[in-house]
Amino acid sequence: MDWGDFIDTVRDDWPEILIAVQEHLYLSFISILIGILISVPAGIIISRLKKIAEFVIGITAVFQTIPSLALFGFLLPVLGIGTTPAIIALTVYALLPILRNTYTGIIGVDESLIQAGKGMGMTSNQILWKIELPLALPIIMAGIRTATVLTIGVATLATFIAAGGLGDIIYRGLSTINNELVLAGAIPAALLAILFDAILRGIEKMVTPKGLK
Amino acid sequence: MIEFKKVGKTFKDGFEALKNINLHVHKGELLTLIGPSGCGKTTTMMMINRLLEPTSGEIHVNGKNIKDQNPVDLRRNIGYVIQQIGLFPHMTIEENVALVPKLKKWSKDKYMKRVDELLKLVGLEPEVFKKRYPSELSGGQQQRIGVIRALAAEPPVVLMDEPFSALDPISREQLQDELVTLQDNIQKTIVFVTHDMDEALKIADRIAIMQGGEIIQLDTPDQILRHPKNTFVEEFIGEERLNKHSNGKTAESLMFERIATVKANRGLAEALQVMKETTVNSLMVTNRDGELEGVLYLHDLEQHYPDETKKVIDIMTSVKTKVAIDTPYAEVAEIFAKENPATIPVLDNGRLVGLITRSSMMRGLAGMKQQSEERV
Repeated sequence: MDWGDFIDTVRDDWPEILIAVQEHLYLSFISILIGILISVPAGIIISRLKKIAEFVIGITAVFQTIPSLALFGFLLPVLGIGTTPAIIALTVYALLPILRNTYTGIIGVDESLIQAGKGMGMTSNQILWKIELPLALPIIMAGIRTATVLTIGVATLATFIAAGGLGDIIYRGLSTINNELVLAGAIPAALLAILFDAILRGIEKMVTPKGLK
Repeated sequence: MIEFKKVGKTFKDGFEALKNINLHVHKGELLTLIGPSGCGKTTTMMMINRLLEPTSGEIHVNGKNIKDQNPVDLRRNIGYVIQQIGLFPHMTIEENVALVPKLKKWSKDKYMKRVDELLKLVGLEPEVFKKRYPSELSGGQQQRIGVIRALAAEPPVVLMDEPFSALDPISREQLQDELVTLQDNIQKTIVFVTHDMDEALKIADRIAIMQGGEIIQLDTPDQILRHPKNTFVEEFIGEERLNKHSNGKTAESLMFERIATVKANRGLAEALQVMKETTVNSLMVTNRDGELEGVLYLHDLEQHYPDETKKVIDIMTSVKTKVAIDTPYAEVAEIFAKENPATIPVLDNGRLVGLITRSSMMRGLAGMKQQSEERV
């Protein structure tokens, strides 16, 4: 392995790497977005229905235990190849951390605050929006952060069902035994994960209510 | 103002928390619900703002059956203070206090003015405290905010669920005092749940003593102390308080504290000097630890004065009649009647802490301040 070769590879394949990064971000973002849209409301709902909460979280935990490559394999006969099945698989992975954190965040809100809000004449909607969600937000954000880092990593496998992303470059490097090319895919993937982790950590701090810091 | 008509409450698990309660809370009075845990006092309170629904009977607030009212609207017109204080940690003091006025769609000017007014009412400077978060306040300050938050939208009725029991003793006393003063000004109808009899006696206009889901006795603090209805009430009030109250006072409040004393091992000239200075004709004799040894009378002193070898201890008289600091008034009076002493020394664990004379006893009974010095 020669850093000079690596830089040459990056230079030569720059347009492809850029496209792969774009595809990678697209896959990850859409999946996380859908994951948030499903998990946050689901987390809120199961925080109201504690009896089924463990069950629902259990299901998402089962999904989480399926090896990522195998999950892409499972979806292949059902949904075929391409971006859509990849997004579905990645979304499934993003569900658990967000769902679990939303649930824990909300049920973790001090019961006496809910009682106070209710006793003061807040509706359950007002209690949700003005008390529960603001106080649970840092924990929900931490879940989103975990999901994001996870998804950016797993998204490298989307190449196996022809969904593109940085996995394409890594896979191409592996099959041609070109280490420089493998790194030209792997390093941006790692950088993306680190970058978004940092950005989201910043957001997490920002949304932490001032009185709780 | 608040009326319970044959209200019963049985929980899902079959526990009968309330049995056929009838209760009338008058407008502008502070009524405390008191009793051991599980007596139904909190259940009773929580039914007033419909946090719990009765299984039977009716509750009327301001003449209207609360069952016919929207619980949310009802609660916005009933202040609510809880033991855990329940200030929202992510909101400033101002936001916390203004919460119900905002829910009731008050104009910004109006609720901002109200926040300042309320903060001043509990002695917290608005400019200093408005923008702070609850975590930046002490427990006592937080519950002051809890109380004014309940008053913010000017509800005619306020419910307080053991509001001071989580506070340290000093803050608790302060807040009780403040509540009494506050209530003099605002004259709200307050239902106050507590398990602390001292607190109830201190703040209540009337006390409802509950046991096993029933109101055992409902009366003014004075009447409850004078005429406890049964042994449960007596035990609940506690023997000490009953004695203290029905007999009036204990030795402590009947005595005066600044007494002329002399140490047992001092010479006679010195004792005479003390007598002259304090213009008394007897001195209490104590040892180094302040324990009472005896009493020295002027006539003994005069008789033995020429003998320079004598010390106080040699010519003092021992004291037969003395009382402990928590002796009830009745016993003290008995001693004066039977033995007719000039003074009765009051001891606290052997240490001399005061003297009771007939006149100090009268002053104590009348609730007057004891004079700083007594001439005997």
